[in-house]
Amino acid sequence: MAANGAFDEIWGHGGPDHPRAEFAALSQWVADTPASELQRRQQAAETAFRQLGITFAVYGDSDAAERIIPFDIVPRIFLQSEWQRLSEGLVQRVEAINAFLEDVYGEGRIIKEGVIPPELVLLNEQFRAEVNRVRPPHGVWAHICGIDLVRTGPDEFFVLEDNARTPSGVSYMLENREAMLRLCPELFRDFRVAAVDSYPDMLLETMRSVSPGSKSDPVCVVLTPGHFNSAYYEHSFLADAMGVELVEPADLVVDDDIVWMRTIGGRVRVDVIYRRIDDDYLDPLAFRPESLLGVPGLIAAYRAGNVAILNAPGNGIADDKAIYSYMPEIVRFYSGGEAKLPNVETFRCREPQALKYVLDHLPELVVKLVDGSGGYGMLVGPTASRTQIEEFRAALIAEPQRYIAQPTLALSTVPTLVEAGLAPRHVDFRPFVLTGGNGVKVVPGGLTRVALREGSLVVNSSQGGGTKDSFVLMDDGAPSGQSQTQVQS
Amino acid sequence: MRIAIEHHTHYRFSEPQARLVQMLRLTPCDTQDQTVVSWHIGVDCDARLRDATDGFGNAVTMLYAEGPLAGIDITVTGEVLTNEATGMVREAIDPLPALFYCRTTARTHASAELTGFAAEHASGDPLERMHRLNAALHARFPSAPDAPDTGATAAEAFAARKTTSRDLAQIFIACARSLHVPARYVSGYRSDGEATHSAPHAWAEAHIEGFGWIGFDPVTGLSPDASYVRVAVGLDALGAAPIAGMRLGQGREELDVDLHVDRLGGEE
Amino acid sequence: MLMLSRTASALYWLGRYIERADFIARLVEATVRLDALSARPAGEAAWKSALAVSYTDDAFALTGNPLTQAHVARFLTLDPSHPGSIVRCLDMARNNARAVRTALTRDAWTAINRAWLLFQNRASTGGATATLNLVEQVKGETRGFEGAIHRMMRNEPTLLIQLGSAIERADNTARLVDVKYHLLLPKGEPVGGVVDRDQWTTILQTVSAVNAYRWVYNDGLQPRNVIDLLLNRAELPRSLAACVEETVGLLSALAKRTGLQGEADRMARARMSRLQKTSTSQIIVSGLHEYLGAFIAENAMLDGAIARQFRFT
Repeated sequence: MAANGAFDEIWGHGGPDHPRAEFAALSQWVADTPASELQRRQQAAETAFRQLGITFAVYGDSDAAERIIPFDIVPRIFLQSEWQRLSEGLVQRVEAINAFLEDVYGEGRIIKEGVIPPELVLLNEQFRAEVNRVRPPHGVWAHICGIDLVRTGPDEFFVLEDNARTPSGVSYMLENREAMLRLCPELFRDFRVAAVDSYPDMLLETMRSVSPGSKSDPVCVVLTPGHFNSAYYEHSFLADAMGVELVEPADLVVDDDIVWMRTIGGRVRVDVIYRRIDDDYLDPLAFRPESLLGVPGLIAAYRAGNVAILNAPGNGIADDKAIYSYMPEIVRFYSGGEAKLPNVETFRCREPQALKYVLDHLPELVVKLVDGSGGYGMLVGPTASRTQIEEFRAALIAEPQRYIAQPTLALSTVPTLVEAGLAPRHVDFRPFVLTGGNGVKVVPGGLTRVALREGSLVVNSSQGGGTKDSFVLMDDGAPSGQSQTQVQS
Repeated sequence: MRIAIEHHTHYRFSEPQARLVQMLRLTPCDTQDQTVVSWHIGVDCDARLRDATDGFGNAVTMLYAEGPLAGIDITVTGEVLTNEATGMVREAIDPLPALFYCRTTARTHASAELTGFAAEHASGDPLERMHRLNAALHARFPSAPDAPDTGATAAEAFAARKTTSRDLAQIFIACARSLHVPARYVSGYRSDGEATHSAPHAWAEAHIEGFGWIGFDPVTGLSPDASYVRVAVGLDALGAAPIAGMRLGQGREELDVDLHVDRLGGEE
Repeated sequence: MLMLSRTASALYWLGRYIERADFIARLVEATVRLDALSARPAGEAAWKSALAVSYTDDAFALTGNPLTQAHVARFLTLDPSHPGSIVRCLDMARNNARAVRTALTRDAWTAINRAWLLFQNRASTGGATATLNLVEQVKGETRGFEGAIHRMMRNEPTLLIQLGSAIERADNTARLVDVKYHLLLPKGEPVGGVVDRDQWTTILQTVSAVNAYRWVYNDGLQPRNVIDLLLNRAELPRSLAACVEETVGLLSALAKRTGLQGEADRMARARMSRLQKTSTSQIIVSGLHEYLGAFIAENAMLDGAIARQFRFT
């Protein structure tokens, strides 16, 4: 049964007995496999994850400092046609993000032409003057993007959030697929699934393509804050899979505007850095004079054009909440066309007409502070009390520019293994998009997060969320096991 | 005016340092009213220096030195020709829109006291306001020597009633921004007739629609004249610090500055 | 591509910590057996010497607990408050392994992680049987790790891990012989006096040498032979002779691969030729305790030379 009339991606609106025709084989598989067997496989996958140490740290929870994210054995499936349309939207959006970054740290046309209110950029902490007027090698800023999506129907996808800084989760995409191939090989006979295991090669190719020099074999490294970081597994996994060094800030030194790593045989020059460290901790000379972390001089080497940094420092301005609501305008400004992938409809209360609409429809809307985070300063209209609504009304009238409002969406569900068998659970999706010196590529898969609690919309791993494998079907006759990517330059 | 500058900075470390990386904002840039005739940065050890322009338009020099280093001496010498420009800054490299300088920083956060003080001088057009603010700060803090950075915020310095030129510049900035006027910190040199100084000078610039950036020096209560050499700008004293450094090694450091600013003649 | 300095250091220490965890597991196992065979006061002495061997006697004294199996076994296995417990060694080993994940195979990492998981949320060792089970599991995982290392490419990571374990093993064996010998034959008592079979068997058990002893010597359990086996018989993997030779071999293999050769190689070779020229009777005549003390000090100096040669810091 679909939850609250939401669209179920496998069952459609028909329920378990009437799945969408393309996915009948999945229902058959579920019917043919005893529930206890599904449970056993799911446990086997989680045991393997634990032994591999695919864990994340929960801060402030010393009892269980390292946990695994629950894994659900029932995959989510995208049709090739659905995926094609989605990919086009993703490519367009990521191209716009790159063009936007190039512009705001360069000429600033989008500000001068009044498309975006200048204060949203210039007074935003995420706009980093330290990299103003830097041109990154090959003009690429957002090399690795994770675009968070929600879905409400077969072709209704909405962007919830752009991640253009250091999006994580790709190791789950890869390990989940490994587990599915091992535990449910029969599914890959029923469905011809695009492979995701070429991701490390694609990432390395992306890194090499933006190397600043003319070296045929540039030295690439992954920069991690260290093994106490919650995403360390992913950092080491990617470095390993790419066959490059995993370095910590103390392993790097900058001399003469060149980055070197310290090896047992002395210094080795570094050309490309995939960093998984926040801007603030990259270079104490540039960003945080009081910080002892980071690589002193790294930004100078970057500004001098001697090293590529993925993703570029300063990218936070592109995925900032205040900027998000302008993404449709940003896409239009740089691509000349309408955004193929819409935002969740967002009312900017700074605009009088939007404010009027929001004030008239408060009980139906989610109202958020532009500069708030973690659910602070948020009104969920449908569940709010009359008093709360009136408080927000007053706040909105007093300082409308601080708020945005969005409708509540009926998020799609995917059948998920729970104690009583299969039941629909809400999901979101993070596909990964790579941009190198030679174009934009969408990885045919991604990270599906699932809210394991019935009716819950919260997919965060720290709050009872799990993950699923995400199948992208190939219906063009290419043999299974080969990766499929869309390339547009 | 022709101004000669000789600026020595001596660092002494209580324990030898393995490495040193410093960012120097010690080089003035040409503007319509300021021409750098000659300029040289020298270091007393084996070091590599690299020049660049930062995101604020400042000329910066990266300094890389390998240890063991017991200390380092950085010597800046040069000559600059200046014109009287009634405080106006013309044709400076300015890659950031003025609005950027309405940002607040930890050092320039406007406390209630500062906002109140600024509001008292908020009559007239923006230019008049800034002149009023500048004069009022000078009247309130008649003595503000050039001194090394103490790390004080504008609010702390304002409350302490004992200020340096850096503090006054930051106070001015905090007040100006509280009046929604873009304002920035300037680090540089000033030939005030004294032979030696213990630190570079600091003042502020405010952006006035129709005029552009205009300098205000609360130490004199006036706008900078031809005796000023503009070197670096930033959101606050930290962002325009003449020397920012990271060293690899234990122990404490001692800093000693010896600065001579001389007029070599020219139109007075 | 030459290895990161930090990686080299972490691999070396990974080797040391796994070896130490394994050694303490054997020590606890042998001592549980010895305790079971002994009358109460002897049992106390057994646990006391186990603490001395693992350099943890002072730390244990601070707990104020009596010298019983329950307390000492728990202290040496589960107590995270001091660096001589298995749980801390595995914690350190795992931290180092995490920091060099990319240099290890999945097998090697999984063995360390499984060993570490044995101790998570475990507050008590239980009785003698449960303690033996636990240390047996630790040994199983460290064996699995060793196996995984042997299956790894014989490249720098493998060699550095093995170098760390060779240096650690040399220290462990020297310390074991020094403390136990001192305890069993206090000053003045001649070698070859009344033999406490159980005690001497404990030493052999700790270095997994009970069978080896029978193969090499056919004149019953003699302290002199035990010393000979543990110090000078390179056939026994845990003997000083074996550790010393292995160290030389590993350093020269590393030199071949990295081109880094120096002080550590010279020290290790000098140590080997000296050891090969010194007979067991010479050692006993001129003082075993002094000999072992000097060996332990030299081993620590070699550790320092290795750190400099491979730019660990």
